[in-house]
Amino acid sequence: MAIILTETEAKTLLQKVLSYSKADECEVNLLGEQRGNIRYARNEVSTSGGQINQNLTVQSAFGKKVGVASIDEFDDESLQKVVRRSEELAMLAPENPEYMGVLEPQTYGKSNGFFESTANVTPAKRADAVAQSLSQTREKNLVGAGFLEDSRGYNAMMNSKGLFAYYPSTNVNFSLTVRTPDGKGSGYVIRGFSDFKKLNTQTATQIAVQKCLGSAEARALEPGKYTVILEPTAASVLLENIFFSLDARSADEGRSFLSKPGGKTKLGEKIVDERVTIYSDPANPELPASPWSGDGRAQEKTNWIEKGVVKNLAYSRFWAKKKGVKATPFPNNLIMAGGTSSMEAMIKSTKRGILVTKLWYIRSVDPQTLLLTGLTRDGTFFIEDGVIKYPVKNFRFNESPIIMLNNLEELGIPERTVSTESDRNYLIPPMKIREFTFTSLSDAV
Amino acid sequence: MNRRDFMQLTGLSAGAFMLPDIPVFGRNVAPEALLDNAIDVATKKRLADAALNAATAKGATYADIRIGRYLNQFVITREDKVQNLVNTESYGVGVRVIADGCWGFAAVVDAKSEAQTAKAAEEAVAIAKANAKLMKEPVILAPQKGFGEVSWKAPITKNAFEVPIKEKVDLLLTVNSAAMKNGANYVNSVLFMVNEQKYFASTDGSYIDQDIHRMWPNFTVTAIDPQSGKFATRDSLSSPMGMGYEYLQANPTDSVKGITTRYNMGYDMLEDVTAAARQAKEKLSAKSVEAGKYDLVLDPSHLWLTIHESVGHPLELDRVLGYEANFAGTSFATLDKWQSKNFNYGSKEVTLFADKTQPGSLGAVGWDDEGVKTKRWDLVKDGTLVNYQAIRDQVHIIGENESQGCCYADSWGSVQFQRMANVSLAPGKTPLSVEDMIKDVKKGIYIIGDGSFSIDQQRYNFQFGGQLFYEIKDGKIAGMLKDVSYQSNTQEFWNSCAQICDERDYRLGGSFFDGKGQPSQSSAVSHGSSTTRFNGVNVINTGRKI
Repeated sequence: MAIILTETEAKTLLQKVLSYSKADECEVNLLGEQRGNIRYARNEVSTSGGQINQNLTVQSAFGKKVGVASIDEFDDESLQKVVRRSEELAMLAPENPEYMGVLEPQTYGKSNGFFESTANVTPAKRADAVAQSLSQTREKNLVGAGFLEDSRGYNAMMNSKGLFAYYPSTNVNFSLTVRTPDGKGSGYVIRGFSDFKKLNTQTATQIAVQKCLGSAEARALEPGKYTVILEPTAASVLLENIFFSLDARSADEGRSFLSKPGGKTKLGEKIVDERVTIYSDPANPELPASPWSGDGRAQEKTNWIEKGVVKNLAYSRFWAKKKGVKATPFPNNLIMAGGTSSMEAMIKSTKRGILVTKLWYIRSVDPQTLLLTGLTRDGTFFIEDGVIKYPVKNFRFNESPIIMLNNLEELGIPERTVSTESDRNYLIPPMKIREFTFTSLSDAV
Repeated sequence: MNRRDFMQLTGLSAGAFMLPDIPVFGRNVAPEALLDNAIDVATKKRLADAALNAATAKGATYADIRIGRYLNQFVITREDKVQNLVNTESYGVGVRVIADGCWGFAAVVDAKSEAQTAKAAEEAVAIAKANAKLMKEPVILAPQKGFGEVSWKAPITKNAFEVPIKEKVDLLLTVNSAAMKNGANYVNSVLFMVNEQKYFASTDGSYIDQDIHRMWPNFTVTAIDPQSGKFATRDSLSSPMGMGYEYLQANPTDSVKGITTRYNMGYDMLEDVTAAARQAKEKLSAKSVEAGKYDLVLDPSHLWLTIHESVGHPLELDRVLGYEANFAGTSFATLDKWQSKNFNYGSKEVTLFADKTQPGSLGAVGWDDEGVKTKRWDLVKDGTLVNYQAIRDQVHIIGENESQGCCYADSWGSVQFQRMANVSLAPGKTPLSVEDMIKDVKKGIYIIGDGSFSIDQQRYNFQFGGQLFYEIKDGKIAGMLKDVSYQSNTQEFWNSCAQICDERDYRLGGSFFDGKGQPSQSSAVSHGSSTTRFNGVNVINTGRKI
């Protein structure tokens, strides 16, 4: 059997599994995935490989006693075995007071996240994409280290109330660090797409090369508060800490930056600049995502922060019922609305500031305020009177994305980018922020 | 599984949402399946010989095979509820070869026949030959003698997988109840158990069977002040260990008494959570630190992470050479500094060593994942940089002809590569207790437990938080502080090392989730130290208002 099942094949397999169930309720999740990669360093391919993964997970329930078992072999005997095992585990389990039962069939919107161009990438095509990058760093006597990984797969689910969901998707991420042989300059680029055709490793490499050459012989500036222009990937590693903290239960329990004294939350309150709108939309053509969540709930276009105001929080079905609200699931993608400024225009309008290519090693310092620390890396430049003047040494920052989005100056045009911390893809604009807090200098290049 | 996935699975990251797409890291199985002897040594040898012979027949000049069965068990609770019981198993085979001077690798899941392992070997040779065309310099592999048929087993006394789930659940629910009784608003607790059953064979003539156990009990206690809306957490002071369930059966001699109890080779979870609940509340009203220079007294439960980031990583030879440039980064500790033989990594007090043999440590094994017998070696001797961590295809670069034995893969399906050994700070040679060390400090902070951590890609500039901070004034502990982080530079920091307590205070800390490589692999590693004093370190105040 193929690893990537069609909708019909997945449906047939899931129906077969459910036919073996003797539990009160049964839910089956199915996935298949194939990945291929090339890694290179010191201008040489260092490793290449692939991964295949398929998994079927059965959740059986007798009343509120729930058992889960999974398997990666799909012959009839294995399928019967995994159903029996989940039922045995359910019998042995204590009652789960938070078990909500399986969902009725849902209606899902359309979202196209599967591209043949990516699904059909061959080792030769992968090697060719990398060759277009390697040839440039070799020719220019620079040192390239990069990673290209493409994936294709599907998720499907079915339950004993007749809910069925299927979503196929593809993705390719490409990242590259280019360094001067003496180690004094370093530049970076990262790209992520659903459609392999959109990936141009040649032009991406030109950006990393340019940043590498431009960053050599960096000067030291005093740490302190600066106006910064964050490229989308730099902004994403800060903003995703807001996204990861959208959980309503943590906010209600008083242990989130969205909590308030007296057991209240900031839902409905303005927490950042009114130009900030952050939403999820599975149907966005630039960042398509599955229109259903892992437990079968429909993913609708949802505003999380609208004009600076917290509009929605994410709920488990249990917590939503307890609170008597709609059970909005955690989103499958996140998009920040932008402005109209180009990067060039943002630089031009900056009297004194710093252009940040990438932020690295982001860690939470204080979850109460979402204070984060980390460092700039691979291309940090001083801007004066509207032009990039010279490269500067890297800084460590201590800053909260909430404070940062209150100090918003300007937003650019959103583009698809990849978080270098979580590997997740986002649609995020470049942004200009005033009074961004750099606390020390780093000698790292 | 990496750190982020673990935090999401277990709900240990305060306030973070349980994301829907936790990657599968093995199939779920019944708990009793974890006790099966999946495959006997004689069968493994047959599978291995089939692969090695097939590789050689196709033209490989070297081949090795790893037959791995990886078991994980998680027991996850919050307050009075069991949130999740997870048992996973992953079994498969990875074959690595050198053909035409180039590495090739192929892996196969659930391989139980000689035909399957032979086919994987042939694929690995084909990949090596294809990649050889892109290669300029052939692999130089340090020679390694074969050890014949040998075995190694972690020196555990109680296999955690044999302890009934009910006993584990009861322990955690008792721990949670103690936290709530002592003033916690919330408590999350987890037992995480690992067993790696690994068989390695190579064309050097080694057939090595190893049984590795790891264990990590931990919790996070949260206290909330409803009036101010402030919350504070205190994580457990346990350490992940290369031990069995005996780690949870602490003897009084395993406890280190002081301002708070810390633990050595045994952990009293109930005692620690009771202290944690009170301390989480105390943190809410602790004094906010005044930024400035302080002498730091760092407990081993904290210092392990600083050693990991500022010594373990920069002295990995593959980073020094640029193989990790696109992800984890390179290193300030370049070859010229090592060649000079006079690079002052730290003060004269500082000797840092790598060790793959220490009993109870996470990195301890008999042989590494390319069949090299493990050992101990110095990295920094009396303050001077003297060596790196390197494996068979790298040691020629540092003029040695024998690997240091620190090669590891996190799964049968991952390619083995250079990973950090246990890297530890040697205890002081002069008798010195923690109390005597604190007596001499005029203006300082005593830090216990690990917290926030961040370091640049060449390992110069770092910032660390902690779990508990105590102000030291004129040789006495003056009370709890909050909003503390220190920032320094690796060389400056280790040169500010003034005193190290003696071996009586030597303890291990460590991590299950040292991430490296693309695709990323996780490795478990321990770091030992005694309480250590660093003079004049820059402390910042991390308190903010939003």
